[in-house]
Amino acid sequence: MNSLIPLLIAAPLAGAALLLLGGRALDRFGHWIATALAALSFAFGLTLFADMLGRDAEHRAVTERLFSWIPVNGFQADVSFQLDQLSITFVLLITGVGTLIHLYSVGYMAHDERRRRFFAYLNLFLAAMLVLVLADNYLLLYLGWEGVGLASYLLIGFWQHKPSAATAAKKAFIVNRVGDMGLSIAIMLMFVEFGSFAFQPVFAGAGGASEGKLTAIGLMLLLAACGKSAQVPLQSWLGDAMEGPTPVSALIHAATMVTAGVYLIVRSGAIFNLAPDAQTAVVVVGTVTLLFGAVVGCAKDDIKKALAGSTMSQIGYMIMAAGLGPIGYAFAIMHLVTHGFFKAGLFLGAGSVMHGMNDEVNMRHYGGLRTYMPVTFATFGLGYLAIIGFPGLSGFFSKDKIIEAAFAKGGTEGWILGLCALLGAAITAFYMTRVMVLTFFGEKRWQPDAEGNDPHPHESPKSMTVPMIVLAFGSVFAGGLFVYGNSFLHWLEPVTGHAEGDSPLSQWTVTGLATVCMLVGAALAWQMYGRNPVPVKAPIGSLLTRAARRDLLQDDFNHAVLVRPGSALAATLVWFDSRGLDGFVNGLAAAIGGISSRLRRIQTGYVRTYALSMFGGTLVLVASTLLMRSV
Amino acid sequence: MMPVHALAAAGGNSPSIPAPHIEYGQLSPMLAVFGAALIGVLVEAFLPRRARASAQLGVSLLGLVGAFAAVVVLAAQGHGTTKAGLLAMGAVAIDGPALFLQGVILLTAVLAVLTYAEGRLEPRINGHRVDAFAAQAAAVPGGEQERDATREGMRTTEIYPLTLFAVGGMLLFPASNDLLTMFVALEVLSLPLYLMCALARRRRLISQEAAVKYFLLGAFASAFFLFGTALVYGYAGSLQLGEIADVVSGVSQVTPALAVTTQNDALLLIGLAMLAVGLLFKVGAVPFHSWTPDVYQGAPTPVTGFMAAATKTAAFGALLRLFYVAFPGLRWDWRPVMWGVAILTMVVGAVLAITQQDVKRLLAYSSVAHAGFILTGLIATDRRGVAAVLFYLLAYSFVTLGAFAVVTLVRDSKGEATHLSNWAGLGRRSPLLAAVFALFLLAFAGIPLTSGFTGKFAVFQAAAEGGATPLVIVGVLSSAVAAFFYIRVVVLMFFSDPQPSGPAVAVPSPLTATAIGVGVLVTLGLGLLPQYFLDLASKASVFVR
Repeated sequence: MNSLIPLLIAAPLAGAALLLLGGRALDRFGHWIATALAALSFAFGLTLFADMLGRDAEHRAVTERLFSWIPVNGFQADVSFQLDQLSITFVLLITGVGTLIHLYSVGYMAHDERRRRFFAYLNLFLAAMLVLVLADNYLLLYLGWEGVGLASYLLIGFWQHKPSAATAAKKAFIVNRVGDMGLSIAIMLMFVEFGSFAFQPVFAGAGGASEGKLTAIGLMLLLAACGKSAQVPLQSWLGDAMEGPTPVSALIHAATMVTAGVYLIVRSGAIFNLAPDAQTAVVVVGTVTLLFGAVVGCAKDDIKKALAGSTMSQIGYMIMAAGLGPIGYAFAIMHLVTHGFFKAGLFLGAGSVMHGMNDEVNMRHYGGLRTYMPVTFATFGLGYLAIIGFPGLSGFFSKDKIIEAAFAKGGTEGWILGLCALLGAAITAFYMTRVMVLTFFGEKRWQPDAEGNDPHPHESPKSMTVPMIVLAFGSVFAGGLFVYGNSFLHWLEPVTGHAEGDSPLSQWTVTGLATVCMLVGAALAWQMYGRNPVPVKAPIGSLLTRAARRDLLQDDFNHAVLVRPGSALAATLVWFDSRGLDGFVNGLAAAIGGISSRLRRIQTGYVRTYALSMFGGTLVLVASTLLMRSV
Repeated sequence: MMPVHALAAAGGNSPSIPAPHIEYGQLSPMLAVFGAALIGVLVEAFLPRRARASAQLGVSLLGLVGAFAAVVVLAAQGHGTTKAGLLAMGAVAIDGPALFLQGVILLTAVLAVLTYAEGRLEPRINGHRVDAFAAQAAAVPGGEQERDATREGMRTTEIYPLTLFAVGGMLLFPASNDLLTMFVALEVLSLPLYLMCALARRRRLISQEAAVKYFLLGAFASAFFLFGTALVYGYAGSLQLGEIADVVSGVSQVTPALAVTTQNDALLLIGLAMLAVGLLFKVGAVPFHSWTPDVYQGAPTPVTGFMAAATKTAAFGALLRLFYVAFPGLRWDWRPVMWGVAILTMVVGAVLAITQQDVKRLLAYSSVAHAGFILTGLIATDRRGVAAVLFYLLAYSFVTLGAFAVVTLVRDSKGEATHLSNWAGLGRRSPLLAAVFALFLLAFAGIPLTSGFTGKFAVFQAAAEGGATPLVIVGVLSSAVAAFFYIRVVVLMFFSDPQPSGPAVAVPSPLTATAIGVGVLVTLGLGLLPQYFLDLASKASVFVR
């Protein structure tokens, strides 16, 4: 059965290879191959899941060693996979949502002439993401980590003819490099400290390492997580990443890849548990991001960017939960999974709206679409209710658990975190209601597109609506299923561990407060956008609004603090290089060249000269041999 | 043998000359080559002119391949390691280094002979294919006789037996165990080379000039060697390398009669220096290198390739044997001197190559610089140094031969276009050839993944471990200077615009193509998977005494 694990990865990898190398012959049906292989991978995942359920909790984790990857004395890197409760959860999410989004893309990308390549990249992404979550050592994880980074880069810049897309891809890649550097440093530190980077010896040895070293490793892992999961201060790329096709935003930049940072932290729990300072840093990053993303989400008029801000914010919740330690690990993952459903659903809904509206993304140009797109409206609406935490839906349960965990941290910290999380919930309700209202309710504010065509909104084809419906089911029921009898907690507990915190508030108080916050936020938004007419052109707005539209000045900050000094440094180095080093090098070269032309004159072409030089040389040789003896 | 002894014994008291004991089996590589050379002479004498070229090629290849097979068999039987020994009354030593270098020389010679036989580069004359060698060597350049010979489509097929004689001498050179044998080998390999240098079909005057220069200077150097032999004999009372070493280290005494007048250290040291001069001339070390560019440029290019690869291999073999077998006890005397020679050779070779405009002269100076690099390995004075030098020679031979083979292919109406300006933009016209030449240049420069890197790494490592770190630093710096002119040619080929009236690249026959192809394979093979050959060189690194 374990031999299925490599096949899980091999299926999409083979799809990517086939589609990239297969050439035009596969143009007509290549996308179906990719979809079928993603579904096959999902089927393998389900089989493994069923198999795992058949065993008792202690024997569920298995490893499958494939081959020795880098066999160097004292440096053993294996291609070896570890399938446990945590990784199978990710496998099912990745392949399940992945398959749905493949299916959706069949419809969404139907008219794109580079469709085959798009599906190849999607398959490549699946394979890399599976490597990331199945690796049993950090080096192999790093391979997957870089692989998803590559796929993300390729897909953000898929419409590379648009300069904005090309720039966004580059931006995502470069910002991610900063995080990747953190991961690679963390791996090096681990190797130095533990002599290995496989999970087992590292976690087993963590108890014996000094706290300072564990904190250093933890902070580097956090840096990596910040890059991949778009957390402050490495969050700036996610908004621009929306230049990619919408299915990509749904799969990679909402449901799966961006949550890799959460996976990394939860997986490395054994390290973080022993490094409280690193945990504090994680919590701070998560809390700041959850508010940051939420505020940005409120100000964006571009539907995908608003959702991107929301993604940032929701992952902030997860990171915060992961930073709480065993109190929060399982809930971070639980929210991750429910978020995977509803955020993917929301993005697919957004894609469906854009599909019907001539690729318009500005919500101020939407309005009143609910009657034109009933299925999209219904599924988007369910996703909306889920994310704001409407009682009974997925987000309600999973977010509630995180807020509870935040309070359970105890002390002043617990209060601060809990109140921030509640505030975040209120803002979430605000901006999501805003999105909902601007898009589906109110007046029609449709505008002709650049070529002057008026939009004719229509429902999307079956291949697009079916995935949306399936995801809506997940958005509605997943959360309830997970908390029923604490099934999800018990499922993950053998891997992540669990601790009950010390909450100053009762569970029902927290739920009540969260619901009140949600209602206040939603009501405020309804008041601002539902009751009052929405201007087609965005008003200038307050200082905060303007800042939030500019992503709370993150790019300006990066530009002023990093780019400008960086360019200045580069310019100085160039100056030094061209004047100083090159001058020296060129001077040296000129000197050697000069010596060379001088010396050439000795080569007269006359045998007599040559013979004389030989004779002289012999004299010197003989004399120096004799001299050596005498000294 | 018995009858001879019986006869001598029957002669009663008359002084008998015992017949020398000759190990024909172990000498078979040399015998095969010399035998083939003699057959070649007979071919010249008795076969009709039209049939000679192919017959000579066949005989040469047969002799060389047979000799190589014999070397392999001898090595497999352990004559390079456990059964290494002195043969022919102590005149010849067959051991690891000897067999290794003989193998290298023979393989190089096989490829060189393939390039000799290339007949598709020169335009046909009266329907006859002609090669790179003069129609009639004895004809005065530009004279009536030359015109006739050319019109007849004549070829100097004597080049084959000459090469075989030279190869025979080269096989003996690194295997000779006494100074006189070494001198004879030196002459046997040199004399045919002088002639071969004069045989170019085109630009015959500079070819003949090169031959005369080479001959005069070579004779000069040989005289030094011979004088050195005499002085060392005067010191040690023996010509055999092992016995000289014993006398130097004081293990054995010279004959009492001689001891009174000799054992003067000045004799020994001056003799050593003069022997070194003779051999350093052959390897092209500074300040005995001045012949190299002129001769490399003037000689027919296939001969240049052969000479650059095989002569250097043989001469370094002899140099190693001289220093490691006869004078290890004097290494505190010769090591500092050789330090100086190595540094001078590397620096002058690399610096002078920078301003060269002719590709053959460039390669000549490059070969000077490489002689310096190899000398650093020699200075290590231990087994690792020997192994490194052996490997370097193997690597270098194939790169050199391949590079000169490529030079034969770039031609214009006046023959080979060796001026560097003609090579501009070659990468656009003929990407494959330019890529191959670039590979050889990168190997010369010692870029990783080529044999040049492995070889250079081996000699520098050996030198550093032998305590010659400053030498290694000079070596690396010279390599950097050398890299400049190698890369300059690469840049010229790939990043310059081709000249409108530039040269064309001739399509060679499978013969030259094979030689180049093998060169490429060996260059990449020794760069990517050098371990087997490094082990082989390491196994073959012990001299017999």
